[in-house]
Amino acid sequence: MKDFAALYRALDASTSTRAKQDALQRYLRAALPADAAWAVYVLAGGKPRQLVPTKVLRTLAQQAAALPEWLFDECYEAVGDLAETIALLLPPAEAPLRRPLAEWINLHLLPLRELGDEQRVAELLLQWRTLPDDERFVYLKLITGALRVGVSRLQVTQALAAVAGVDAKTIAQRLMGYTHPQARPDETAWSHLVEPVAEAVEGEDLPAARGGHPYPFFLAHPLPPALDTPEALAAELGSPDDWLVEWKWDGIRAQLVCREGQAWLWSRGEELVTDRFPEVATLAAVLPPGTVLDGELVVWRGGLVQPFAELQRRIGRKTLGPKLLGELPVALLAYDLLEQAGQDLRQVAQHERRARLEALVAAHPHPSLRLSPRVPTAQGWAGLAEQRAQSRALGVEGLMLKSQASAYGSGRTRVDGVWWKWKIEPYAVDAVLVYAQRGHGRRASLYTDYTFAVWNGPPEDPSRALVPFAKAYSGLTDEEMKQVDAIIRRTTRESFGPVRSVEPTLVFELGFEGIARSPRHKSGIAVRFPRMLRWRQDKPVSEADTLQTLSLLLPGAKA
Amino acid sequence: MDLVVARPEGLYCPPGDFYIDPWRPVARAIITHAHSDHARVGHGHYLAHVASAGVLRGRLGDIHLQTVDYGEVVTQQGVRISLHPAGHVLGSAQVRIEWQGEVWVASGDYKVEADPTCTPFEAVRCHTFITESTFGLPIYRWPTPAQLMAEVQQWWAENAAAGRPSVVGAYAFGKAQRLLAGLDPSTGPLVVHGAVEAVNQSYRAAGVALPETRLATDCSATELKRALVVAPPSALGSPWMKRFPNASDAFASGWMLVRGARRRRGVDRGFVMSDHADWPGLQSAIRATGAQRVIVTHGSVPVMVRWLTEQGLQAEGFRTEYEGEGGSEADTAAAPEAPTEGEAA
Repeated sequence: MKDFAALYRALDASTSTRAKQDALQRYLRAALPADAAWAVYVLAGGKPRQLVPTKVLRTLAQQAAALPEWLFDECYEAVGDLAETIALLLPPAEAPLRRPLAEWINLHLLPLRELGDEQRVAELLLQWRTLPDDERFVYLKLITGALRVGVSRLQVTQALAAVAGVDAKTIAQRLMGYTHPQARPDETAWSHLVEPVAEAVEGEDLPAARGGHPYPFFLAHPLPPALDTPEALAAELGSPDDWLVEWKWDGIRAQLVCREGQAWLWSRGEELVTDRFPEVATLAAVLPPGTVLDGELVVWRGGLVQPFAELQRRIGRKTLGPKLLGELPVALLAYDLLEQAGQDLRQVAQHERRARLEALVAAHPHPSLRLSPRVPTAQGWAGLAEQRAQSRALGVEGLMLKSQASAYGSGRTRVDGVWWKWKIEPYAVDAVLVYAQRGHGRRASLYTDYTFAVWNGPPEDPSRALVPFAKAYSGLTDEEMKQVDAIIRRTTRESFGPVRSVEPTLVFELGFEGIARSPRHKSGIAVRFPRMLRWRQDKPVSEADTLQTLSLLLPGAKA
Repeated sequence: MDLVVARPEGLYCPPGDFYIDPWRPVARAIITHAHSDHARVGHGHYLAHVASAGVLRGRLGDIHLQTVDYGEVVTQQGVRISLHPAGHVLGSAQVRIEWQGEVWVASGDYKVEADPTCTPFEAVRCHTFITESTFGLPIYRWPTPAQLMAEVQQWWAENAAAGRPSVVGAYAFGKAQRLLAGLDPSTGPLVVHGAVEAVNQSYRAAGVALPETRLATDCSATELKRALVVAPPSALGSPWMKRFPNASDAFASGWMLVRGARRRRGVDRGFVMSDHADWPGLQSAIRATGAQRVIVTHGSVPVMVRWLTEQGLQAEGFRTEYEGEGGSEADTAAAPEAPTEGEAA
């Protein structure tokens, strides 16, 4: 694991993409195949199921470091990462022993899950006695399962492509499902990743993917704000007729793979979610074998898409009873056809794929399969802008613009054409910072995670109070974060554990995507994707918004 | 009677009627060392170690300064005052105060590891010890100086081989010289920022051996490609850096031990180098004084006070201004260790 630990440090230390790419390739070329298989799994975002309960790990680390609990907690607060905290606190190894990465994972880490409590503690202490100091952090990261290190999956894909001499698209395809939580990558998995591409036989199509294997998702890019006028759109994108325009749905992006009479439903996070959506899985009986659809899972009722909050109620349940399935029926809004009759269509132009998709959906009616409708382009960009303005009322997030001539690309690449998401402006209110907590990762020990409140009455009400309604931690620059951190420390009223309440002095413009009534929240309101848009240093706390202004944003409210 | 109390002006000795490192103008000040949060302008009379005179005068101008050597006793209204090495930077001192059989030591800032550029820390027995706690958490354990310098040297060698200048951000007074003294100049030229060179001269004048250093303007473009450059942190990311195209940058600080702080700093490398004591260093220094009472001045004050109390000592905190403006805890990890060094270009 020494080399993997060194790779991790190199990736972590560097801010240069080039240097990271070099380090990755060097490692993959030199590593034992079994080690390389696990390294790719971990770096591409794979995460085995929890090996040791966090509580056990913390208690054991406190004992090993001979520290009282409160002092361990202080350290954790300052470091912001459990694995790193423990790595910094453990006493030096008594008898350091080097083991390869795969041996660590297969023979020592994965078996931890199966052990009883006492055995597990004994085994961990034994491992720590032989764990070399420079491998500690990576070892603990493997246990806590958060190994993100500033390399994207795309970079891992590119490194593999370079090492294998196989093009990146093929690698991306092979990587689909590779990082599944139950996956146990080994030498064989590694050789499948990097094997040469089979030569195409004259006159025969390349075989499409087999089993339930999905294709890499093609991801959209946000439309640059500079293009947000009909004139700019016309100048940059040409005629709207060259674009397939659809609504941007607020659901879960998913790929439905139907092969050999069976269905596999994959989320964008490459999680297999077939069991969560049994009504969609029944499509296997209806669609011809060798069909792969790309689309959005939404709750569909009464001919209308329902708010995301409804879908959340579905996702949150462990068991799906008939009552819930009846109340919250899910449909796949299909917008692309990636495979038909077992043939990979991704290089076929968008308009042709769309035509085939429309024919397919028409020929196989099913209550859980709907076509994501086209938005008419006849009125030009100005007409589209008008329709986009209706998004909120329709329960969508804006428009998608897909080039009619483009192929279906892989990830965020643009070489095959581009998908633009032309989203509507978020809701925005001015809110007051009332609680703060320290952040994690690169925000460790800075107060960066905030709770925001609005007033529960108008300014003329002398007894009005601030009511917390949302938490947010993104949107500020590093410089602003530092300034806000300093103000929080100066204006702290009380600390409860890691949380500080502060004097209300800071006002932020808070943006969010959705708003719904919620009896679970004290304010009676829940907002979706809240984040800070702007620090309103110009605004006194008394001019922050009120619950009344928030309520006006609720669906169905009369402005 | 307490020989040192906290006053709005700074730490005050009532029987001797003087202050230690006051942050507001007073008549008589003893200065533990010349970092600017400890040595400020405007006092009537200054007392400091003889080796700090150069930097003090360089920074504060024409002050009324009395200097003493380590161990030399000065008596002020019956109070015996002497300075003892703190191992922090050139001329840094702990202040020993003795009055009617009671002994207090105010340590200013200190470190306990070896440093070729200043006299090593010396434990002074006392009844009450006044300590800093900048790195007062058990996560802070420094690598050995040999490990640290080997890391810097290797990074430099790799950069030099690739034709890239290596620029290290380090405080101009103390850390910069410690870094220079520990490097092997056979890898390439050692280049310093003007602010560092000004302090280097004081070190050389005080008899500290430093390797040959040059200014960037005295080097050819080819030489700069193999150079290790030491500059104040404020120079990193300033237009001054344009002289070193394609440079790899690093920052030397104890805070660099924590990954989050390293990433926030946004440099290629973070070297764990501090002129303050780490957690084991703080514990051993406190123990070695034999003091039963400990007063903590800055850094992780509540943590250290609670820890020492649990160890059976009488511990408390003093409110001081020995840290960055704004932040009130040392764990504002991005805060510099010596916050406001008045650095000229």
